[in-house]
Amino acid sequence: MKGAGTRAEARAAFLFLAPALGAIGLFFMVPVAAVLLLSFTDFDIYGLADSGNTRFMGLANYLTLLRSDLFWEALGNTLIYALVGGPLTVAMALAAALLVDSRLARFKGLFRTIYFAPVVTTLVAVAVVWRYLYHPRFGLLNSVLGWVGIGPIDWLGDPRWALPAMILLAVWKNFGYAMILIIGGLQTIPPQLYESARIDGAGWWREFRHITLPMLSPTFLLVGVITAVGYFQIFAEPYVMTRGGGPLNATLSVVLFMYKEGFRWWNMGFAAAVAFVLFLVILAFTALHFWLQRGNRE
Amino acid sequence: MPKVLGLLLLALTLAGCGGRDGDGRVTLELWAFGREGEVVQELMPEFERLHPDLRVRVQQVPWTAAHEKLLTAFVGEATPDLAQVGNTWIPELAAIGALEPLDARIAGSSAPSKIATNDHFPGIWDTNVIDGEVYGIPWYVDTRLIFYRRDLLAEAGYTELPRTWAEWRRMMEAIKARSGPKRFAIFLPTDEWQQPVALGLQNGSPLLSDGGGRGAFSEPAFREAFDFYLGLYRDGLAPAAGNNQIANVYQPFAAGDFALYITGPWNIGEFRRRLPPEMQDRWMTAPLPGPEGPGVALAGGASLSIFQRSEKKDAAWKLIEYLSAPEQQIRFYELSGDLPANRHAWNDPSLANDPPLRAFWEQLQRVAPTPKVPEWEQIATKVYEHAETAIRGRATSEQALAALDRDVDRILEKRRFLLSRRAEGRAEP
Amino acid sequence: MKRTVSSVLLHAVLLLLAVATAAPLVWMVSASLMPQGQANTEPPPFFPSAVTWDNYRELFDRLDLGRQLFNSFFIATSITLISTLFNSMAGYAFARLRFPGRDRIFAILLAAMVIPSQVSMLPLFLLLKNLGLINTYWGVIVTGMATILGIFLMRQYALSVPEELLDAARMDGASEWRIYWSVVLPLCRPVLVTLAVLTFLTTWNDFMWPLIVLTDESRYTLPVALANLSGEHVQDTELMMAGAVVTVFPVLLLFLALQRQYIAGIMMGGVKE
Repeated sequence: MKGAGTRAEARAAFLFLAPALGAIGLFFMVPVAAVLLLSFTDFDIYGLADSGNTRFMGLANYLTLLRSDLFWEALGNTLIYALVGGPLTVAMALAAALLVDSRLARFKGLFRTIYFAPVVTTLVAVAVVWRYLYHPRFGLLNSVLGWVGIGPIDWLGDPRWALPAMILLAVWKNFGYAMILIIGGLQTIPPQLYESARIDGAGWWREFRHITLPMLSPTFLLVGVITAVGYFQIFAEPYVMTRGGGPLNATLSVVLFMYKEGFRWWNMGFAAAVAFVLFLVILAFTALHFWLQRGNRE
Repeated sequence: MPKVLGLLLLALTLAGCGGRDGDGRVTLELWAFGREGEVVQELMPEFERLHPDLRVRVQQVPWTAAHEKLLTAFVGEATPDLAQVGNTWIPELAAIGALEPLDARIAGSSAPSKIATNDHFPGIWDTNVIDGEVYGIPWYVDTRLIFYRRDLLAEAGYTELPRTWAEWRRMMEAIKARSGPKRFAIFLPTDEWQQPVALGLQNGSPLLSDGGGRGAFSEPAFREAFDFYLGLYRDGLAPAAGNNQIANVYQPFAAGDFALYITGPWNIGEFRRRLPPEMQDRWMTAPLPGPEGPGVALAGGASLSIFQRSEKKDAAWKLIEYLSAPEQQIRFYELSGDLPANRHAWNDPSLANDPPLRAFWEQLQRVAPTPKVPEWEQIATKVYEHAETAIRGRATSEQALAALDRDVDRILEKRRFLLSRRAEGRAEP
Repeated sequence: MKRTVSSVLLHAVLLLLAVATAAPLVWMVSASLMPQGQANTEPPPFFPSAVTWDNYRELFDRLDLGRQLFNSFFIATSITLISTLFNSMAGYAFARLRFPGRDRIFAILLAAMVIPSQVSMLPLFLLLKNLGLINTYWGVIVTGMATILGIFLMRQYALSVPEELLDAARMDGASEWRIYWSVVLPLCRPVLVTLAVLTFLTTWNDFMWPLIVLTDESRYTLPVALANLSGEHVQDTELMMAGAVVTVFPVLLLFLALQRQYIAGIMMGGVKE
C-alpha cells in the first residue's frame, strides 16, 4: 500500500538522507553547477591574487577553446582512445568470457581471478610498470616481439605508437571487468535455446551468431558504454607514462588538458570551459546509448 | 561499531591540525628541489647549532613538480616559510603577491653575514629585481654551456671549441662526418626550451615585444637563431630525441654517440661520478659560441625567497644570510655541484683550481635574463612544444614560430589588459 | 577424440591468455627484487639473478614511503567507514521510508551519475581552499563521504527486506533509527561488505583528486607518491617496481580475500534496469 507515510517517517527520512545528500550536494552538485559559472570568467592566477582582476567573459572561453589546436588534439586523442579502446576491450572481454564460460573449461574460478586481477590494481602503479615494459631497449614487450621477428618499436617516444600503447594498456587493465559483466549476460541465456540448436545440428559458429550475439547485445551496449565513458576520462596514464601528453601531444587527453590548464597554469576559467565540454560529450554519448537501447527493445 | 566511529572522528580531528612544535623551538619550513633538496639538509645541523632556538624542516620536491607545487601552495594557502625559487619564476610569484620584498632586510644586513649586491654577478642579481624591488637572494647560479669530448674534437681537427656559430657548425659537421649515420655531433633534447631561447637571446631577440605584451618569435632576430637550431636536427647533427627517450645521457656520451651536450654545472659532478674512469680526462667545458663571437647564456640559478604568509620571516632571513655566506656557499658547492652565487666563494681553491669551472666563470660574466613576465613558464613550455613540431617535420619553421606567437599573444592577453588598465589608472587626472 | 582436442586447445588458449595477463604483474614483483641496474639490461631479464630486499629498504628508510602507506590506509579506511554508514542510511531511506518527492529525488541522483567527477574539481578546489581544507586528510575524505553508486546499491538490496518485518518493528514502537540499525543493517550485511570492499579499493586507487588537493609529500597517498617518485627516479627501475608492489599489494590481497563480494557488487552495478 503506497501512502504518503507518516510525518515521523518523513522526518526520519530527512535525517537519514541529510549526511549523504548533504555531502553529495555540497561537494559535488554545487561545484558542478559552479563550473558553468566559472567558465564564463577569466579567473586565473591574477584572480587568485586579487579577485578584482577577474572579468566576466561570456562565451569567450568557449570560443578560444574551439580555436585551440591543442584542445582539438586532446579531443581527437580522447575519442580515438574511447572509440577504439572501448570496442577492443569488449571484444577481448567477449573472447575471454566465451573461453572461461565454455562447457569444456576447467579451473574456471582460477582463470577468472587472473583475468580480473589487473582491474583492481592501482592504475598509477601499473602505468609505472608498463612504462618500463614499453622501453625500446630494456622493455619486455619489444623483447617478446623480437622473438617473432618484429623490430623494436619506440612505444612511448614515437608519436604514431604512443596512443596505441595507451590503448593496449587500457585493454589489458579493463577487459576483466567487462568479461565479468558479459559472463553475467551469458548466464542469462536459457540453455534450452542451445539444446534445440544442437538438436537441429547447428555448429558452434551458428550458435554464436544466432543465439549468443543477439541475446548479448543489450549487455554489449551496457558494457561498451560503461567502458567508453570510463575511457573518456583518461588522465593517469598519460600523466605518468608520457609526463604531460607527449610525444608531440599524441597522448594528450581532454582531462589532462584540463588539469594542465587549471592546476598547472591556473587558467581556471578556461579549464572550467574544458570541463564543461567534457561533460557535454559524455552526456551526448550516454544519451546515444539510451536511444540505441530503446531501439533495441522493440 | 559506534566506538570505532568515535575513535575515528577523534583521530580525524587530530589529523586536521598538524605541524605544531612540541618543544617550543621555532621550526622553519624550507622547500628545496631535486638534488639541492637532498643535500641542503646537511647544512642544517650547523645552522641549528648557531641558532639554538631554531629548527629547519626541509621538504624535498622533484624539479618536475616544483613550479606547480609552489603555485598550488600559494593558491591553497599552504606556502612554506621560504623556498628555493628558480629565478625565472620570480616575476610570477612576485606578481601574485606571494613573495616578501627584501630591500629593507638587505639594507639592514650587517656583518658577519652581510648580504650585499656587489657580492653577486650583476646579470644574476638582476633576475631577482622586479619593478625596482628585490624578491630573492641568489643562492646558486646556473647557466648552460657546452660539455664536449676533447678526443672526438681532436679527431675532427679541433683543439678548442669555436667561438662563432659558423665555425661551431663546421666543427659539428666534421664530427658527424667521422662518426657516421648512427651517431651525432650534439645532443639537444627536443623537450627543452633553454637552448633555442639562449640562441635567440644571443642573436639579439627580445623574445617578447610591447613591454612584454606580445610574442616576438616570428621576428627576424629569433627566426635566424631558430633556423640555426632547427638546421642542427635537419642535417642530422642532433638526434630528434627528448629527455624522455634518453633518460641517461652518460652512457651515450661515454660511448661517443654524441660529442657535445649543452647542460649545467650539476653535470660536472655527475660526469665525474657516472662516466667510467678512462673517460675522465676526455671531457671539458667551454662557453657558448655566439653569432659573431662569444655569446650570452641564460642567467639561470635559484634564489631563496621568503613567502608573504610566513609568520617567521625574521628567522627565515637568518637562514638566508647563513646560506649566502661564503663558507656555506663553498660547502654547498662541494655537496651539490651548484655554483656559488656569492662571488667571494669562487676564490676558494676547490673552485679556482677546477678546470671545467673556468668556462662557467667566464660565461657568468655574459648572462642575460629571460623576460620578466609572470607567464614566462607557460610561454617557455610553448616554445619547445612548437619547436618540436618543426623538428619532427610537422611544420616549417615559419609556421611553427607563427603558431608560437599566436599562442604567446593569447597567453599574454590578460597581462595586456592589466597593463592597459594600470596605464589608464595613471592617466586619470 | 574431437572433444579432447577442443579441450586441450581451449585450455592452451586460456593458459596463454593467463600468462599474458599475469606477466606484467609477475615482472613487477620480480624486478622489485633485482639488484640495482639489473632491470636496465638488454635483453631484459625476467628473473632476478640474486634476490635482494634493498629496494624496499630504500623506499622505507630513505624515501619514507611508510608515511604514505599510512596515509593511504588512513584515508581509505576513513572514507570506507563513513561512506558505508552514510550510503546505507540514504539507500535504506530511499528503499523503505516514505516521504514526499522520494522517487523524483532518486531519479535526479541517478541522472547525476553520468557527470564525470573531473567536472567538479576546479570549483571544488576553490571551495576547499576557502574552507582551509587544502592539503589535509579531510580535503580528500570529503569527496568520498557519500557516493551515488553506493546509495543505489544499498537501495537495490534494501528493497528485498520484507516490508512486514519493518511494520512489525514499528508497531512495537521502535524508532526508525532502531529499525535501521538493528533490523535492516544485519540483513544487509552482504551488500555492506560489497560496498566496503568497492569503496576501499576505489579510494585506495584514487589518483587525480589526491594529486590536486595534497601538496605536502608527508600527506601524499601511495599513488601520488609513486607518480612523484617516477618523475624523479626514472632511471631506478627496480626501485620504482618496489614502489608499485607496495601500492598494489594491499588491494590485490583484499580482492583475493573478498572476490565474491566485490564481483557481486560489480554485477549489481552493471544491471541497473
